[in-house]
Amino acid sequence: MAREFPRRSGAVRAPRTSWSLNDARVRAFAYQVLLVAAVGLVAWYLVSNTTQNLEKRKIASGFGFLSREAGFEISETTFLSYSAADTYLRAIAVGLLNTFRVAAIGIVLATVLGTLIGLARLSRNWLLSKLAAGYVELIRNVPLLVQLFFWYTVISENLPGPREALSPLQHIFLSNRGIVFPVPRPHPVHPWLGVALAAGVALAWALARWARRRQARTGKPFPVFAAGAALVFGLPLVLYLAAGAPLELNPPVLSGFNFSGGGALSPEFAALLLGLVIYTTAFIAEIVRAGVLAVDRGQFEAAHSLGLSRRQAMRLVILPQAMRVIVPPMTSQYLNLTKNSSLAVAIGYPDLVSIANTTMNQTGQAIEGVAIIMLVYLTISLAISAFMNWYNRRIALRGAKA
Amino acid sequence: MTARTALWAGALVLAVLGAESAQAQSTLDTVKSKGFIHCGVNTGLAGFSQPDSKGEWRGIDVDLCRAVAAAVFGDASKLRYTPLTAQQRFTALQSGEVDILSRNTTWTLTRDTSLGLNFVGVNYYDGQGFMVPKKRKVKSAKQLNGATVCVQPGTTTELNLADYFRANKMKFKPVVIEKLEEVLNAYFAGRCDVYTTDVSGLVAVRASRAPNPADHVILPEVISKEPLGPAVRHGDDRWFDVVKWSLFATIEAEELGLTSANIDQNLNSPNPVIQRFVGATGDIGKMLGLDNRWAYNIVKQVGNYGESFDRNLTPLGFDRGINKLWTQGGLMYAPPIR
Repeated sequence: MAREFPRRSGAVRAPRTSWSLNDARVRAFAYQVLLVAAVGLVAWYLVSNTTQNLEKRKIASGFGFLSREAGFEISETTFLSYSAADTYLRAIAVGLLNTFRVAAIGIVLATVLGTLIGLARLSRNWLLSKLAAGYVELIRNVPLLVQLFFWYTVISENLPGPREALSPLQHIFLSNRGIVFPVPRPHPVHPWLGVALAAGVALAWALARWARRRQARTGKPFPVFAAGAALVFGLPLVLYLAAGAPLELNPPVLSGFNFSGGGALSPEFAALLLGLVIYTTAFIAEIVRAGVLAVDRGQFEAAHSLGLSRRQAMRLVILPQAMRVIVPPMTSQYLNLTKNSSLAVAIGYPDLVSIANTTMNQTGQAIEGVAIIMLVYLTISLAISAFMNWYNRRIALRGAKA
Repeated sequence: MTARTALWAGALVLAVLGAESAQAQSTLDTVKSKGFIHCGVNTGLAGFSQPDSKGEWRGIDVDLCRAVAAAVFGDASKLRYTPLTAQQRFTALQSGEVDILSRNTTWTLTRDTSLGLNFVGVNYYDGQGFMVPKKRKVKSAKQLNGATVCVQPGTTTELNLADYFRANKMKFKPVVIEKLEEVLNAYFAGRCDVYTTDVSGLVAVRASRAPNPADHVILPEVISKEPLGPAVRHGDDRWFDVVKWSLFATIEAEELGLTSANIDQNLNSPNPVIQRFVGATGDIGKMLGLDNRWAYNIVKQVGNYGESFDRNLTPLGFDRGINKLWTQGGLMYAPPIR
């Protein structure tokens, strides 16, 4: 910020040795020193007073509790295994990963759905555009917490118990314990499928580069999208078939109180994801619509007169310009979705806040717990912002100031 | 809900930051100058603390606060109530938002030491149990392997539950929801196979919240000790004494056979113990910094411990059990008031 400050020109600059308060630079410097000192003083006062009072009230402080045994169970974990014998630190890490899981899946789904609904609202089809408009107006005007309770109630109260579970497809069961589905039994070819997928992506990327260069040189277009898709999906498929198409499922079986085996999506996760995606989609749809509308109609007509098709005009001319308008507010929506995931507490999904709350309550160390929550959300938000800013710079018009 | 929890945490931070000068004063003085006691209670647990149809708070935890108000002001109604969830309760007390935490809270070593609280005594000896729908045909907690269990976070219940399943080499899935209403909805809707909390809570919930109480059974195993009692802030001995002896006075009154109905006749009792209790002789009240008729006021306006139990818990189907007086084979015992 200091760099942006308008510099005085050399002509009116006071002599270097002057330390008089009449010198604007000295004054500005003095003010800044005073401000920093005041902020530092307040911070020091807050910290020292807090520690003093905590000590006086015999409230434990410090982060030593993180290495103690947590003693409570967590209903679902992502990647990291956890049991009640693990530490608070691990419990909080499990909560963090659960937050990541719902936020990451939520961002992807909300972006796809939001783009579709935003474009639908611009459609020349009357019914489609009115439906999209109705969706946006309904959803973004009902508080998210209410929507979460709604979805949770729909799932947990309207679905039958595990013994009477609905089975829309063989081995897939829908009950108030969530959705359980078969997963393939582990097979030696599985890791290689991942490798094939990665290779497909890398080859598609190289192909796109080559096609772009060739088109710039010779003007000949290349069906990049179809070829890319064939590479990405085809390589793993070929490998899978070559391995003899091993399909051995691990289907869920009702045993005792619940299903065992197979994969599962809990009602809490489903309700939270559904609520977040549906809510954020409405905002993203409006952002996409605004972005497309912000591009001058003349651009479309100009593209047309150059002989580009409607799809080419959209992809090569309209969307790149719309993206400049879309990306900054989209960042805010991603941040909102991530932070809104903390409403999980209300419906019992074990996210970071839920587990940090429990930790605070079992250890009584509220200040440390709140500090951890704030720090983690700050880090996540700054990381998302940094990524989106980088992307924004990439798609900005060359030479233009974003 | 998050917002409220965050608010409490924020309140604690602010209070800890700013309340240095308030510490020098005892809560007894601040309570007297503001004219009422701020009592932290449950958000609604029948028999312990729940508003009745007229909006009046009722229950044995409420009666404890009323007893303290009667002792301090001679008027059991000089109270304000703050309903607290399990997660909010300690922060509310630490931050000075409430003067007494009387919210079916288990006395444990960790809470007594690292939370900056002092537990005053026990007004209900409890233990943790399990409730299951009758149609599940479960006879024992040992058959609960693989069950989904509804539980409230931030409770000793949550920890005992994990301990019990670990000790018995069983697995379970917790469904952890902070609000009592929400967690009960989840249980009654069948989201969980089991609901666990203190047996008193199970009895109260079954009697007051279940669509049909006969459809739910409480399993015989009691898996923990849960001495429930009121707590105050650490380091305020005068206030600690006032609350502690108000609790003891209700137990002592039952032992002496003093009730709200007969205490006026006993004002002139020749029994020296009763004489001291009602403040006719001695200066017991003054030692506490209270009016000498403090104990009389408690019994006259709130009643003794047994009256409170019979009024609040017996109608819900509670058995006195180990909460009988020591003279009748129970655990309720008050040190001598002299």
